[in-house]
Amino acid sequence: MKEKLTDFLRLNFPEAVIREDNFCDQQSFYIHGEYLFDICRAFQSDKELEFNFLMDICSLDWWGQPDEAEGRFEVVYNLYSLKHRYRFFLKVRLPAKEPKIDSVTSLWHTADWLEREVYDMMGIFFVGHPDLRKIVTPDELDGYPLRKDFPLTYEVPQFSYNKDQLPEVIL
Amino acid sequence: MSAALGKRTMTLNMGPQHPATHGVLRVELELDGETVVKATPHIGYLHTGIEKNAEAKLYYKVMPMTDRMDYLAPMSNNLGYCLAMEKLLALEMSDKIIYARVLLTELTRIASHLVWVGTHALDLGAMSMLLYAFRDREMIIDIYEAVSGQRMMSTYFRIGGLAHDLPANFDREVKKILKVIPERIKDYERLLTDNKIFRNRTVGVASISAEDAISYGLTGPSLRGSGVNYDVRKANPYCGYEKFEFNVPLGEKGDVYDRYLVRMKEIQQSLKIATQAIEGMPEGPYQVHAPGIVLPPKQDILTKMESLIFHFKIITEGFKPPKGAVYQAIEAPKGELGYYISSDGSNKPHRMRVRPPSFVNLSALPKMIEGRLVADVVAAIGSIDIVLGEVDR
Repeated sequence: MKEKLTDFLRLNFPEAVIREDNFCDQQSFYIHGEYLFDICRAFQSDKELEFNFLMDICSLDWWGQPDEAEGRFEVVYNLYSLKHRYRFFLKVRLPAKEPKIDSVTSLWHTADWLEREVYDMMGIFFVGHPDLRKIVTPDELDGYPLRKDFPLTYEVPQFSYNKDQLPEVIL
Repeated sequence: MSAALGKRTMTLNMGPQHPATHGVLRVELELDGETVVKATPHIGYLHTGIEKNAEAKLYYKVMPMTDRMDYLAPMSNNLGYCLAMEKLLALEMSDKIIYARVLLTELTRIASHLVWVGTHALDLGAMSMLLYAFRDREMIIDIYEAVSGQRMMSTYFRIGGLAHDLPANFDREVKKILKVIPERIKDYERLLTDNKIFRNRTVGVASISAEDAISYGLTGPSLRGSGVNYDVRKANPYCGYEKFEFNVPLGEKGDVYDRYLVRMKEIQQSLKIATQAIEGMPEGPYQVHAPGIVLPPKQDILTKMESLIFHFKIITEGFKPPKGAVYQAIEAPKGELGYYISSDGSNKPHRMRVRPPSFVNLSALPKMIEGRLVADVVAAIGSIDIVLGEVDR
């Protein structure tokens, strides 16, 4: 199955794949973002491969890591074929400034909520999503919690005596 | 009529404190009379940032947080995380650990399905089911208490094995349960399966076709109710499930009643697996030999210098898995529960993503109920078996 996927991508999208990774026996392809929609559609509609199940979309932030050179954000598409009982990953690197990628909601309904969650938590914009709004965090919350520069801490209680000492943005 | 009254539809908020929403789910219903025109679920009331919190904790300290997602099936959540970490660390488990884990997760599935059948029947007006189901679940909760000391948040599995050895009377207690529950299940089926009121409320209600179910990413009994044969235990066996014999029950029409039947049959299959596991359980250590990853036994810490050093190092520093990302899926009671763990080579996860079955299954709710009656909303929410702790994380 592994070779089949590699060949399929090499044949149909020769310039899309950056590299292939087989860590822990899990196949994943790093691809250029602009090909994502077409590749997903091709995998979904191909009669032989039939990757008809979008299991998950998740996002990573490589802020402050050596990997950031390739692009700060990473979006991982987890595709599954019910026919072949096989799973592989499509990974896309996105720049720190205005990370955006094509939405796959027109291919799978499940992408609707999954993309909304990625947008809400990581601040990645999905172009063509019909209803891109917050899903789990409250409306008042500014920022994207899963980004590495978003502080994970408690809020320092503000009293009259320490009012001047507190920074405006609590880190 | 519409000209005189202006807007024809009215908006009704169902939840977040509605008992039939099984937690803090709010569904914004646009109603035309009693028909649902549009339904918009609003979630996030229980968001605790578990994924973000995990990034600030050592690998083994993430474990207790996993229980708190799907609090009705703590062992399944633990198992998913353990297996993902063991994949990353390339640890092989011994038979004893595999059998104990399978046994306990199958008991968890039974407990989770029992809570489901009780609350679902309660939603539809069959009050006594709840009391019966909770009585039986209590026996499984007692097993949790016996093995881990905790009734709900057991955190019994560890990366590389179990927290302690199984207690002395474990065999006897489990066998007692495995003898009692099949009889009780028969009673419940007599109460519900052919019950005319129950059937009226469920047959043909909130049905979803196999094609839609796949597109909406449904997994677990909700997917199998629509007749799609996908069970992670069979499709991509993990934790030694290939050694056990069981069937995957399937529905046909994908309505609430089919999902009910699938779950009831699944309880029987789980009992079958649990029986095989308790009978085939070999003797052996409850942890694998992996110094630096697995905590040494308490007795050794008190008597051996090296064990004390390892204990200290694991607790303070943790361990450092290789750089890379793994995904491990398991068949939780609600559906496919996946852990995507990305390691950057340090002692804390770079990112832990949970693929929550409840979250994805809930996204199909509008599809199921639009065009149906308000009363069907209750049946539909119950039938997809959500736990809001897992939806919001």
